[in-house]
Amino acid sequence: MNKKKSIYLDNAATTPVDSAVFKKMQPYFFEQYGNPSSVYSLGERANYAVENAREQVADFLNCSSNEIYFTGSASESDNWIIYGLLSNRKKKIHIITSIIEHKAILEPCRNLKEKGLAEITYLPINESGLIEINSLEKAIKKNTALVSIMYANSEIGTVQPIEEIGALIKKINSKRKEKIIFHTDAVQAVNYLNCDVQKLSIDSLSLSGHKIYGPKGIGALYLRNGISINPLIRGGGQERKMRSGTENTPGIIGLGEAIKKVEQSKSKNQSIKKLRNKLITGILKDIPNSQLNGSLEKRLPNNAHISFDGAEGESIVMELSQRNIFVSTGSACASNSLSPSSVLIALGLSREQSHCSIRFTLGRQTTSSDIDFVLKVLPGIISRLRKISGR
Amino acid sequence: MYSKKVIEHFQKPKNMGKMKNPDAVGEVGNPNCGDVMKLYIKVKNDKIEDISFETMGCVAAISTSSMITDMAKGKTLAQAMKISYNDVAEELGKLPPVKMHCADLAVKALQKAIKNYAGTKTKTY
Repeated sequence: MNKKKSIYLDNAATTPVDSAVFKKMQPYFFEQYGNPSSVYSLGERANYAVENAREQVADFLNCSSNEIYFTGSASESDNWIIYGLLSNRKKKIHIITSIIEHKAILEPCRNLKEKGLAEITYLPINESGLIEINSLEKAIKKNTALVSIMYANSEIGTVQPIEEIGALIKKINSKRKEKIIFHTDAVQAVNYLNCDVQKLSIDSLSLSGHKIYGPKGIGALYLRNGISINPLIRGGGQERKMRSGTENTPGIIGLGEAIKKVEQSKSKNQSIKKLRNKLITGILKDIPNSQLNGSLEKRLPNNAHISFDGAEGESIVMELSQRNIFVSTGSACASNSLSPSSVLIALGLSREQSHCSIRFTLGRQTTSSDIDFVLKVLPGIISRLRKISGR
Repeated sequence: MYSKKVIEHFQKPKNMGKMKNPDAVGEVGNPNCGDVMKLYIKVKNDKIEDISFETMGCVAAISTSSMITDMAKGKTLAQAMKISYNDVAEELGKLPPVKMHCADLAVKALQKAIKNYAGTKTKTY
């Protein structure tokens, strides 16, 4: 490994575990290793810690702790709310979601449709990267069982009008017998946005530990009391018979502590936003034919998603990584899929433009000199790649 | 993900840039992956005397372009037509399976340039 300091600007992919969070977790690997279901004191102590973490998550969401279920990931939480609905409804269910959701929503939806168990409406986004409330309202049908709209997009960071959607569905539900469940994937939002489920009228919400400076392999589903879904994982009946499997005690403790720290770190958001704005302004000023994708105002404070005409994303990522700067592409070309990002296509970018995009996501650890360094090296990288491409 | 050789060619590509007065150009593209390659050739006595490329694409697209120009330079047109995508990938050490199409693209660009050259002459290859 290079000894040079690395500049990590991919915090939407994952975050480092906060050292205070790690310290809280540590005892639960070693001394307090008991199974929370065991009746003796070692188990009781683990159980007490798990319930304490549940309170921490509930406090953050302003809900009751018996509305929190720990899961293995936000993907599991997303899958659960969709598959969990199934056998409760006799008729074919209708789900409304958006075209820019995370795969953890899109894939289960696609799967249900394929099996003929659900019809799915995918809402489009406008050029700011936002869904329109009107189109949502128009899409609601008699058999609509679920509306699932992600709070903040993982790729372009745009923030959907969750409070308005919640209010709309609440209003519609007051006149309906079969209530619509409003679910939001809040994985990217927790760090930066208000997640008060009462204020936002959210019925169900997914979140994840590793995006908020907590551990990987732990997620949670908030599910409003009174809403009934079926378990996804059956077995020993943990999590009030709703999610079996021995509790990931250290992970749960880590998630609780991390979410508590989010509340305490809110003051840092303003400085992250300032650095992000410095990055955007600097890039747009110094690099011709570059553009910011998605709304600047309705956007997570740590996200900058930028296209550079004539310079392909993966090549930019590789060039930056040679200088110890870690970012990710807007396109999926670096992974196993060659097709351009569906989010960027939905936003109206051409296929070429979407292949020429980079996502920078700042974090608590980002410094002003990190941004200075990126701004120093990036223009040269883009101009070299444009020379190669002849564009 | 990438071999050392791939990174080398990506960082210091050979024969890079537009050619003045080429005898023929081969342009191919894969809109799905966003790669577009342009190969320029200069031919003398049926041999590729000079060759250069412009590529808009990922790391693999740039290094396969660079590699194929290196391999084709000095070869006869008939020899150059025989270069396969496996040859290019082998010369680069290794290409991730999902990037093999980049080597194929480079081969197609070269073959297209040669065919375009042949089109300007009465001879066919």
